Amino acid sequence: MSIGHTLLGLLESGPRHGYDLKRAFDEKFGHDRPLHYGQVYSTMSRLLKNGLVEVDGIEAGGGPERKRYAITEAGITDVERWLATPERPELYLQSTLYTKVVLALLTHRDAADLLDTQRSEHLRTMRALTDRKRKGDLADQLICDHALFHLEADLRWLELTAARLDKLREAVAR
Amino acid sequence: MTPPPGSLLTAENLYKAYGPTNALDGAGFSIHPGEVVAIMGPSGSGKSTLLHCLAGIVTPDSGTITYDGRVLSSMSDTERSALRRSEFGFVFQFGQLVPELTCVENVALPLRLNGTPRKEAERTALSWMQRLEVDDLRGKRPGEVSGGQGQRVAIARALVTGPRVVFADEPTGALDSLNGERVMELLTEAARSTNAAVVLVTHEARVAAYSDREIVVRDGKSRDMERAV
Repeated sequence: MSIGHTLLGLLESGPRHGYDLKRAFDEKFGHDRPLHYGQVYSTMSRLLKNGLVEVDGIEAGGGPERKRYAITEAGITDVERWLATPERPELYLQSTLYTKVVLALLTHRDAADLLDTQRSEHLRTMRALTDRKRKGDLADQLICDHALFHLEADLRWLELTAARLDKLREAVAR
Repeated sequence: MTPPPGSLLTAENLYKAYGPTNALDGAGFSIHPGEVVAIMGPSGSGKSTLLHCLAGIVTPDSGTITYDGRVLSSMSDTERSALRRSEFGFVFQFGQLVPELTCVENVALPLRLNGTPRKEAERTALSWMQRLEVDDLRGKRPGEVSGGQGQRVAIARALVTGPRVVFADEPTGALDSLNGERVMELLTEAARSTNAAVVLVTHEARVAAYSDREIVVRDGKSRDMERAV
């Protein structure tokens, strides 16, 4: 995730202090990984250098955390461009799982067992996410759903691979 | 072999053939009170046959199924039917509600079959319909409600007798993902609140994620993933 663009986007609704920005980020997006103060200030000084934000005021007491930042016109254009640019879909072509399955077959290990164990591990994570979703608010539900759909896609691949193990075994033996 | 301590329903070494096909080839299973166990596996792997054997609907060719200390195969058909009516609840993918009856009559049906007077049966049925958030459908017939609503009515019916085991075979198979999830939430919450065990057959990982653990069935053989790791 682009922290710079996210902080810029948060500034669009009005100027904020560094600590206020960190709090807003953590509340909305930082469920698993809250920002460090250091990250906020290094990002803000980069945005400042690039003219995307400006210092709107400094509270008495000094120190970087007392600066209040405002987004510039260039900053707004930058956020707009970022939002309008689609993210590149991940292709996952170099899957570690695929490598493990092929290696298991090449070395005459139990590839079906490997796939079963992986499914179980995926389901364990899916249970934790489902539980968090059940207890959480709408933001939690959407974040967990995104992760759950990706894990589900992995699982579908595991099932399909399990069903094709005999063919794959023949192919890797060639 | 003796069943694992504390288990409510156990199966050992189940074999079942349909003609030349071995639907079950030495499968096993166990579940504790209040536990939700998913039976997973590809189509045709034997997972529904396993569920039908556990529920006493299908008799295995060999192997032992023990429910609460009693061996299912040593019971008479009448005893097994009585067990299914009073201690087991069932939820299927579709086609389980009686179209001529209203929703509340459908939910009350298992109680009526057990001899409960109509008024009392419908009062209990309505309280379950409230828990499943479908009490406003009491006077409607199954043909007049949506798939998700019908499935909640079916869950209320499965739970109305206070079963100790609920068998759910692809209970969300005919629903979209939002409705499916709500049905799973309500089913597992309701079962946990009464300490009922749920045997859940599904091929969907998102549905299996509502379980406590999973058993994988492949080519009629089962694998208990929790005990395997």
